[in-house]
Amino acid sequence: MVKVRGVSKSFGPKRVLHDVSLDIEKGKVTTLIGPNGAGKSTLLSLMSRLLPKDEGRILIDGREIGQWRSDELARRLAILKQTHNLNIRLTVRELVEFGRFPYTQGRLTREDREMVDQALAYLDLRDIAGKYLDQLSGGQRQRAFIAMVLAQDTQYVLLDEPLNNLDMKHAVQIMRIMRGMADDLGKTVVLVLHDVNFASAYSDHIVALKDGRVAAAGTPDELIRSDVLGEIYEMEIPIETVGGCRVCIYFTGEQAAGL
Amino acid sequence: MKHKRNVVILGILLLLALTVVCLYLFVPLRGNIAYILRLRTHKVLAITLTGAAIAYATVVFQTITNNRILTPSIIGMDSVYQLFQTIMVFFWGSTTLQFVDQQINFVVTVVLMIGFALVLYQALFRKDGTNLHFLLLMGIVMGTLFGSLTTFLQVIIDPNEYAGLQSRLFASVSRVNANLLILGGGLMIPVMLYGLRYVRALDAIALGRDHAINLGVDYGRVIKRMLVLVAVLMAAATALVGPITFLGLLVANISYHMLDTYRRGPLIAAAIAVSVVFLLGAQLIMERVFVYSTPVSVIVNFIGGVYFLYLVLKERTAW
Repeated sequence: MVKVRGVSKSFGPKRVLHDVSLDIEKGKVTTLIGPNGAGKSTLLSLMSRLLPKDEGRILIDGREIGQWRSDELARRLAILKQTHNLNIRLTVRELVEFGRFPYTQGRLTREDREMVDQALAYLDLRDIAGKYLDQLSGGQRQRAFIAMVLAQDTQYVLLDEPLNNLDMKHAVQIMRIMRGMADDLGKTVVLVLHDVNFASAYSDHIVALKDGRVAAAGTPDELIRSDVLGEIYEMEIPIETVGGCRVCIYFTGEQAAGL
Repeated sequence: MKHKRNVVILGILLLLALTVVCLYLFVPLRGNIAYILRLRTHKVLAITLTGAAIAYATVVFQTITNNRILTPSIIGMDSVYQLFQTIMVFFWGSTTLQFVDQQINFVVTVVLMIGFALVLYQALFRKDGTNLHFLLLMGIVMGTLFGSLTTFLQVIIDPNEYAGLQSRLFASVSRVNANLLILGGGLMIPVMLYGLRYVRALDAIALGRDHAINLGVDYGRVIKRMLVLVAVLMAAATALVGPITFLGLLVANISYHMLDTYRRGPLIAAAIAVSVVFLLGAQLIMERVFVYSTPVSVIVNFIGGVYFLYLVLKERTAW
């Protein structure tokens, strides 16, 4: 379990997170939503030690994040940010093999290769495992990076906007994989998503941030509601239930952009 | 398949380096053979050491900055070297360069350059963030400042003195003696061996900061150590033979081209081999074709400059 308690973070004079507290439950898909600049990505970076926090506590399985050795934590928690431009030329397999780095420091054993093969198979990358990343489409590349994180075989998997620049088909594909990682593999998945409807359809738990504070948290049923979301995004968000899933119909909101 | 090809290419490069070493040592062999061989062995060792240090430092530096067209000279150590040599001549005359003990000059220059780099790094070390771009910017600014000071002193210096100074400002192995070799080797070889411990971590760092941290690399610590390693190697190499700006850029990129791998270990080995081939080859051409009429750095910089242009143009079309 990841516990965030009273965490604050500033970039220079600008305070991006104020006294944020939340719990991430094991084996569930938790999604962070909120308007641009709400602090979602920053929170994810703090939770994965990519950035140091200013105040508060972040406990990962009961131990403060700063107390973990970096390589030990790398076997328990994986983070994938949204930038996927590498300066080196790698094949898909080589990238996924990096997922085993926390265990092997680059010297792969047979078990490691099996783990890599499984990760490749899980993301349906076996046919293109020998291709270079720069030869792939956006969706394939995204899947390759997720396969690396999967090969890392961590309890916690944190992903920052994994649906960025993906079309509908690939976005659904990725979200199904996220769901499967929680349901089939028992992993704890934490996502930052921009699309509220994907959050609604695939999350167990949603945390909404606004201006660096937790504005609301709960199940999709509790959170995907006109009054709650309307306040967070400052626009009118009608909600319909389609096939058992709450869907926001916000595309023609009259209050958007103050019109 | 890919692996096999890399092994073969690396083998060929090492063989090539060995061939050039033999060529340099034994062709042509006449006159006082013992004397000639001793002289040539000194030069070969000096060149191998310097070439290896520069190649090593450049690959490491490009890995931690995630940029393959930067060289460690950007942090301005060349300019510290030039300024120091110029100041010596300016205040005490060019004859000091002959009279001041070579070892003392070497030690003082190395200490000054490493000290400069460490002061520069302080800005980086003190803050929690590892802001490499800030460091590079500082390096460029300081390098320009020292460069301007050097030019200023050179302009008002006595022309005869300047001529004496100039020979120090071009890379040359002619002045390397046995004592200097021991000093330089004693500094560079242990540092290079120590760096091998981090070769695997560098593989992960090549993916970028966030990925490296995710994979459990103690990023801040490794980066700081590698920066110190780069500073020591560059300082020692520069103090030994003088500034050779382009060499690192050239050999690092040739090794990236030749080997189809991301692994820093083989890349460093290849870069060292290419570096030896290049530097020793240039020395060979300089000594036995141009008969000392052209400094080695002119040959290296000419080929390096052409290659650099090719690189820039090629990268542009790739985007």
